[in-house]
Order: sequence, then structure tokens, then C-alpha cells
Amino acid sequence: MLYREAGQFKTSYAADQQIFPIRQDRIAIGLILAVAALVVPFVASEYWIKAILIPFLIFSLAALGLNILTGYAGQLSLGSAAFMAVGAFAAYNFMGRIEGMPVLLAFIGGGLSAAAVGILFGLPSLRIKGFYLAVATLAAQFFIVWALTKFGWFSMDSSSGVITAQDIVILGFRFDTPVSVYLLVLTIVVVMALLAKNMVRSSVGRAWMAVRDMDVAAEVIGIRIMHTKLLAFAISSFYCGVAGALYAYAYLGTVEPEGFNLDLSFKILFMIIIGGVGSIMGSFLGSAFIVLLPILLDVLIQDFLTGLLPPSISSNLQLMVFGGLIIFFLIVEPHGLARLWQIGKEKLRLWPFPH
Amino acid sequence: MQFFFEVLIGGLLSGVMYSFVALGFVLIYKASGVFNFAQGAMVFFAALTFVGIQEMGAPFWLALILAFGAMVLLGMATERIVLRPLVNQPHITLFMATIGLTFFVEGLAQGIWGSTVRGLDLGIQDEPIEWLMDKAGILVSSFDLFAAGVAAALVTLLALFFQYTRVGRALRAVADDHQAALSIGIPLQNIWRIVWAVAGFVALVAGLLWGARNGVQFALTFTALKALPVLILGGFTSVPGAIVGGLIIGSTEKLAEVYLGGYVGGGIDSWFPYVMALAFLLVRPEGLFGEKHIDRV
Repeated sequence: MLYREAGQFKTSYAADQQIFPIRQDRIAIGLILAVAALVVPFVASEYWIKAILIPFLIFSLAALGLNILTGYAGQLSLGSAAFMAVGAFAAYNFMGRIEGMPVLLAFIGGGLSAAAVGILFGLPSLRIKGFYLAVATLAAQFFIVWALTKFGWFSMDSSSGVITAQDIVILGFRFDTPVSVYLLVLTIVVVMALLAKNMVRSSVGRAWMAVRDMDVAAEVIGIRIMHTKLLAFAISSFYCGVAGALYAYAYLGTVEPEGFNLDLSFKILFMIIIGGVGSIMGSFLGSAFIVLLPILLDVLIQDFLTGLLPPSISSNLQLMVFGGLIIFFLIVEPHGLARLWQIGKEKLRLWPFPH
Repeated sequence: MQFFFEVLIGGLLSGVMYSFVALGFVLIYKASGVFNFAQGAMVFFAALTFVGIQEMGAPFWLALILAFGAMVLLGMATERIVLRPLVNQPHITLFMATIGLTFFVEGLAQGIWGSTVRGLDLGIQDEPIEWLMDKAGILVSSFDLFAAGVAAALVTLLALFFQYTRVGRALRAVADDHQAALSIGIPLQNIWRIVWAVAGFVALVAGLLWGARNGVQFALTFTALKALPVLILGGFTSVPGAIVGGLIIGSTEKLAEVYLGGYVGGGIDSWFPYVMALAFLLVRPEGLFGEKHIDRV
């Protein structure tokens, strides 16, 4: 009843092309943002903010990056964690080597470094496709982690490549409480998500989608393949790089190259598959799912099965449930949570009189 | 020079071990177009099942048969539960499903048999052959030679199976063109079940050899990662490609580690095969023996 677009007339091009054309959507998004920025900091406990909300936002950003590359431009990548590592270590170097470096600029620098590396490892995509490319991106994954561990220069000669992030200080304000860090991360993620949303609605995004759907056809209608693919790699890596910098600075504080291993890459890939490939919304839904699921499983198993099972079996059970759920999701809804969300909205539009 | 040959031969023989895992990938990819990331987990599952049954007091051959049976069951269950509902989905979805399967199988294997590291004894000495050492001064492990022999036997067996049996012909037809195969009455789902069973058998052989070499432990699942560069080098669809690719990757990896590794601080074998395969792909995008893909609009 509430979700009706009847009577909302679009009288200008601007109104026709806005991101949320339905008023109720605008109100809902506004409410969500208001709750996230104004209510959550006061009600959420420190554990929730530090262990759930901050990683959720950071992983959303990384998933967004991968979704641009895989979901929109159609280039399957298994190396997103490596680009996160580049972002984290580059930001660390910018902060450590340049006196008085503003931390936000260091994050952007981390993102740009990741973008440069992304372009380099994106070059093979001009020649090879599909699974061959996916395996090729593994080269980036292993090489980057190895290089960061092996050469002390990247970690400014700390032992075995472990870096400890400097404090985040912006304009003299020290972000040291969980709430302040949360708000900083939230701002960055919202701004970058908005940018991404607009990017995929623009000619750039349409070119990506054309290349994804069929690159030969895209070339025929005059899209520059090289330019488009490398741009997708660059922007995707930029997002992953910033996410990596936040991962180090806002979430963990201390990271090592091995922390950005293949498992993390897979985790991010799972997020976009479960959330929805080729959907901005899906990146957030998927990230929420993957961050919350292990915690939920932990709680469930601990509450109901303690004593019944030895701990070694319960951790394996978790692995099995995780794998099983992924398969289940793929079978039930291969287009991910974002598609379910859309179906729900369509239903709601007609509810309660669907005929 | 002697040292060079020693490294080369050692590398070639360890490449054979990679080929075993790559072979499992190729079989499934050829027949069903599924890039089965769970092959490494299947290797682990097979080896663990074999050792677990053996520990319960079963003799070698019984454990072998039971482990093979378990692999067949696993393959059939995968076909029924995972692949059949996902027919006609894009390749990436199927690939993701096999990653999910990887987690599941790893959890299942450790849940049943526990996660302790176990030894596996096939009764073959992992010692240099004295005769070769005396004659040529080259150290070659008898175990490696045995593995190479098994590889040769396995490939011959598979080639015969594909070439001369009814099922093998059906398999090749399905690999060639799914729809054409269906239209002449080849039961696709049966074929897939058989392919997964065969891949399970290959995984069992790989698991036994790797397990005997390195112990049966979780690290066995990483053999899949070693097999991937072999796969893209040899081409996803070619059985000889898997063997040749394995030999190339194995030998260059060892040579690079010995002759180049020193300059950059060692440990390069984690990424060198990938970079080499990548460089190779830039020249031949479909691998050494892969099918050339022609895009049409």
C-alpha cells in the first residue's frame, strides 16, 4: 500500500534520470543513511562497531571494486586481496615516508598505486579470456604477496613484512574511538558507492557492460576494448586499494602480506556472487551476509551444540555449512540477494491486490 | 652440468605429480565445461579416506577399493545435488559452486577422519637409485620414477578407455558437442556421473602419491593451486596438454628456483609458474593444446 509510484510524475530529464526514481526509495535510503550515521553510533556496542560494522563496510567497498571488474566489465578476477594489499602497503609508505602526509591523501595514494598495479596485471586481459584470465589473475595474487613479504622496502624494513598502521588524524582530529573510525569509514564508503553507482549508469558503465556481454560485438559498435578493460581494472583496483588501506588503518591496525591471501580474495568473490553480480546493492548485501554468517554459525553451534560435538568437528561443520550454503544460494538464486530484493520490491508494488 | 641435469630431472618428475591433479581438472572440464576448483579438495578427501580406512585395519587393496567407492559416491552426489540443478547457468556460477564444494568436501573429510597429519606408506622407497648414481652421478629418487610410471600407465589407460570403449566414445561425443550428443541419444547425466567418478579415481591416485610424498594433511588441497598453471599452459581441454604442461612447469620451476631464486631471495616457486604460464598465454591465448576459440558476432 505504501510502496506505490502512482502520481509521481517526472517532468524533467533530471527527474527521469535520478538514481532513485521512486520517492519511497529515496526516503528509505535517506532513513538508512540517517540511522547509520546518527543512531548506530549511540546504540551499537563497541563489539558491534569494531567487529561487525567496520569490516562490513570495508568488505562492501572491496566487493564493490570486484563487482565493477567482474560484474560490470565481465573480467573474472581472483586477485582482489592482492590489490587490497597494495593499497594498504602503499598508504603505509605514503604516511611513513612523507612528513605530514594527510591520511585521506595517503588512502587515495594507496588506491592509485593499486590502480597502477591493476592496469599492469590487467594487460593480459586484452589477450586472454574467461578462466584463463581468472588463473592469470592468480599470478597477481601470489606475486604481490610474495614481493611484499620478500622486499623489506615495502614494509619499511619491519620484520617479516608486518606493518602497524599510523594513527588516523584529519585536520587535527584524532580518530581513535571506534565510533569516530566507524563514521569515517561510513563516509568514505558512501561517497565511493555513490561514485560507483553513477559510473555504472554513465557511458563508461555501459561500455563495460557491452564488453561483458560480448566483446567482439562491443568492438564492432565502436567501443575501445583496451581502454575499457584497462579502465575497469584500474577503477576496480582503486576501490580494492582504498578498501585495503581502510582494512589496515581502520579495522586491523596491524597487517602482514600473508593476511591478504587467496582466502580473502575468495571471500570477496563470494560476496559478489551471493550478493549479486553486476549490482551495487548486491555488494553490500553480499558483504553483510559473508561477515555475519560465520558469526551466526559460531553462535548457533556454540549455543545449541556445545557438549554434543568436540570443537574440531564443529569448526569443520562450519566449513561444511558455509560451502553448502554457497551451493544452495547458487542453485536457488544464481543472481544473488540483490535479485531477491528486486523481486520483493516488485511484489510489494502490487501488494495486496496482485491482479 | 651434472647438477643442471639433476635439477632438470627432479623438476620433470615433480611436474608429473602436478599433472595428476591437472588431469582431473581436464577430464571434468572437457566433458561438462565445469572448471572444477574442488579437484584439490577431492585429492585430499581421497587420500584421507584411504588412510583412514587403512588405519581401521583394512589391507591395502580393500582400502583402495573402498576409497575408490567413496570417490564414486562423492562424484555422483556432486552431479546430482550440485550440477544438475545448475544446468545452463553461466560458467562462473558453476565455478563458484565448485568453490563452495571445495569448502564442503574439506570440512567433510576432516570432520570424518580428523585433522591430524598422517603418514602414508605405499611401500616404495623415496631414496636415490644407486645404479644411476654410480653410472651418471645423478640423484634420481625411485619414488619419483615410480610416480612417472604410474602417470604413464594412467594416461595410457585413460587413452584406451576414451578410444576403444563405448562409454569412452560417448564421453568424447559429449565433450565435442553437448547438444549433438543429446540428440543422438547419449544420456548426458550418466556421462557426467562417469566423468566425475573417473576424476575421483584420478584424484585418488594423485592423493596416494602426494600423500606418500608429503604426508596426508590439509596442505594437499593446495595441490590444486599448483595444477592451475599447468592447466592454462597445457590448455583446459587436452589430456596430453596436462602432462606436457606439468613437465614444463615442474622443470622450469625447479630450474628457476635454483638459478634465479638466489638473486631475489628465493621462494619464487609460489608465483613463478603462474607468471611463466601468463607470459606463455600472451603468445598462445588458448594454451599449448587447447582448442582455438573463434568469436562470432
